[in-house]
Amino acid sequence: MTGAPPPTLPPGRGRRLSRPLLGAAALAAALAALACSGGAGGEAAGPSPTTAARRAPAAERAAQGGDATVAVAGAGAYAQPVPGLDPEQRRFFAVGNNFFNDNWVTAPASTTARDGLGPLFNAQSCSSCHFRDGRAQPPDGPDDPERGLLVRLGVPAADGSVDPHPTYGEQLQDRSVDGVPAEGSIVITTTERPGTYADGTPYTLREPHYEVLDADGRPLGDDVVISPRVAPAMFGMGLLEGVPAGAVVAAADPHDADGDGISGRAPMVVDRETGQPVLGRFGWKAAEPTVADQGASAFRADIGITSPLRPEQPCTAAQAACRAGPHGGDPEIEGERLGRVTFYTRTLAVPARRDVGARPTDRGEDVFTDAGCAACHTATLETGPADIEALDRQVIRPWTDLLLHDMGPGLADGRPEGDASGTEWRTPPLWGLGLLETVNGHTRLLHDGRARSVEEAILWHGGEARAARVRFAALPAADRRAVLAFLASL
Amino acid sequence: MKTSVARLLAAGLALSLLGVACSDDDPAAEGDEATTTTAAGGSGSSAGDEAATPLDPERATAAATTYADLVFTAYDDTVTAATELQEAVDTFVAAPDEAGLDAAKQAWLDARDVYGPTEVFRFYDGPIDDPEDGPEGQINAWPMDEAYVDYVEDDPDAGIINDAEGTPEITAEGIVEANEAGGETNISTGWHAIEFLLWGQDLSDDGPGARPVTDYTDSPVAERRGAYLSALAELLVADLTSVRDEWDPEGGAYREDFLADPDQAVTNILRGMGALSAGELGGERILVAYDTQDQEDEHSCFSDNTTADVVGNARGILVAYTADWPGVEGTSLSEVVAEVAPELDTALRTSLDETVAAAEALEPPFDQLLTDDSGREAVRTLGEDLQAQGDVIADLAARLGYEISLDI
Repeated sequence: MTGAPPPTLPPGRGRRLSRPLLGAAALAAALAALACSGGAGGEAAGPSPTTAARRAPAAERAAQGGDATVAVAGAGAYAQPVPGLDPEQRRFFAVGNNFFNDNWVTAPASTTARDGLGPLFNAQSCSSCHFRDGRAQPPDGPDDPERGLLVRLGVPAADGSVDPHPTYGEQLQDRSVDGVPAEGSIVITTTERPGTYADGTPYTLREPHYEVLDADGRPLGDDVVISPRVAPAMFGMGLLEGVPAGAVVAAADPHDADGDGISGRAPMVVDRETGQPVLGRFGWKAAEPTVADQGASAFRADIGITSPLRPEQPCTAAQAACRAGPHGGDPEIEGERLGRVTFYTRTLAVPARRDVGARPTDRGEDVFTDAGCAACHTATLETGPADIEALDRQVIRPWTDLLLHDMGPGLADGRPEGDASGTEWRTPPLWGLGLLETVNGHTRLLHDGRARSVEEAILWHGGEARAARVRFAALPAADRRAVLAFLASL
Repeated sequence: MKTSVARLLAAGLALSLLGVACSDDDPAAEGDEATTTTAAGGSGSSAGDEAATPLDPERATAAATTYADLVFTAYDDTVTAATELQEAVDTFVAAPDEAGLDAAKQAWLDARDVYGPTEVFRFYDGPIDDPEDGPEGQINAWPMDEAYVDYVEDDPDAGIINDAEGTPEITAEGIVEANEAGGETNISTGWHAIEFLLWGQDLSDDGPGARPVTDYTDSPVAERRGAYLSALAELLVADLTSVRDEWDPEGGAYREDFLADPDQAVTNILRGMGALSAGELGGERILVAYDTQDQEDEHSCFSDNTTADVVGNARGILVAYTADWPGVEGTSLSEVVAEVAPELDTALRTSLDETVAAAEALEPPFDQLLTDDSGREAVRTLGEDLQAQGDVIADLAARLGYEISLDI
């Protein structure tokens, strides 16, 4: 940086939509241009004209969360606040972080703000699964204390849909407070599935099989429909929430009118307050429309904490002990505090990309696009106006279209939820993917963490993504490596 | 604030670009690692437009060595104080009376004063909070699940102590096992569990908990309660000892690793200071209590000792930087920083002195402060100053060429 002119301040706000280069990213690009002009390397590093025309400037691509990007690449990469919070907002963030991290305890306790755990629950805190605001992994065996996977339940209904399980409800809670029986447990077995790339290189996928046992260790029954899920990473949700619904819906192609084999559907769910249809955005099947809804549902189903948005305890009519179990007030987390957790979740920043502009990653980005991956893992979205500056009208690169796609029988859970069928999943964002191992110490991917690496996750793609997977598998090894290098840079 | 953050980010990204945009473009260089740089990105850091001034490796080693001595000495003093607590507890349990209960409470309060400053030795996955086997959760978990341990206001039969059938014999090993049975630790051991068994639930508006000594004499589970209390004290001493030994100048395993990389060591020191200041103390312990306004949403809620805890933590941040602790000699990080960035050293020293003084000026008990207008103002100001102090620490780290973040 020696000799470079001091960065100038970004121009005033309010012109964002007409100005694709944003804030920090624009500055960085300007600086890079300045530093190279006239120098020995002035002509260097230019990608070929065709790809150059397609790729945005490196600084823009690095700032994948727009102004809500932070350049932290360590274990705390998913846990940073967006830049520019004022002292009050910083306090809200701290309070939300606290209620996200700290354990809930059995009621009654002296810490009345933090009691009400269960009576049935999967975890005592949000952070026990979303460790460091990151992504969970499934347990490796019955003795593995890893608890980042839970199972949604259902039984087939007469009309072909799925009803909640009559005894256990919509989710298996495998833990409970003293005096209330837990619901049961999950047994996971796996089968190795060998395959080969077009060039003959072998690979192996690991297919999981799930069995749900009741509290006495008996199988729950063949008719039970289960959907295993791991806890996804938390950052960037405020940005995804801010993408106007109209833009998401406009990108949908439910009947594949363009004939590209990809028929993204906009997930429409019912707003619990108004009864009106709204866009579903969060959860593996996009059943929750807002960050607040997602948080309230997880508090209730996963920790047994009721809130103004989800006032009912996680007990069915058949679970008398649960219904009579200890409750921590009504609701157990009040609206203002749930609001702090929502604020915290909305303002978790997106980590900056690394190695943007390097040959392997840029080449990988092109191959990724050419293979058709970017048809669903869309390169850019724009957010609308927001009350938090860093989220306001940003060009972002989450690598998702926020739509539902049929991912084929290999990944299907057979359990419809919200607007999604038993074979559909919402395209998960890919930003931050390359930091997963640094933050969470693993590389387990997909809805149930079955993929042990990014490569395996790609190879599991089926349904609408089958053609892209086949193209990936047909690539020369160097191009496959480039795609993985690109994904590791996110 | 906002502009400086943007500038930092811009500088960082620009650096990343400079590393690659001007490099040779060699099509044959398949798989080349890009030479990129990631800027320091602490929340709110603003030293991005200053060139980094790295420490001389020898000076960094000197500061890291003094810090390692400090950590060992402070934990050793904590083990001594916790052992005195254990002795007071055992004396009380052997022959329970009011005087013995008071002596045990006083020993707990005294030991907390020694332990408080050591919390700055967290947040970099060292022996205390190594994600694999660090005992921090077992030592200092909060909030604690009272009903998991003993009776509570609305449930006279709650907890392991009242469950002779489920847990026939109470031992330290058994408590650890039960604690981990649910797959998550942290509910029934450590300082606050001992505090709960000494003071009991704080059900009054203007005083600490008032557990009657008869809980240990006339109760049907008096002996079990005493056994639980003794086991907790034993466990606390054992856990603190294991942490101390990792830092032993005579063969402590972690100490050796720590000193092997002086740059990482100094990064860790600053990370511990910044995360305790902005995240744990300023955020979690002060601003959260301020914001929730719950009288018992404070850490030592049974004993009303939270104000002293705050002072201990604030002092710890100062001490990590100055190494000013009885029995510790050598070059402090402050001295080393002053050699390369005297103005940043002065700014941080000033801030540290002010936050410690502001913590000491809080009039206990903390729960009363939270409901009183001028008290609330003082609490909020201290919390915000500690968060700003975290920024100063992150700036200083960035100037030395280190990246720290303030998250916890």
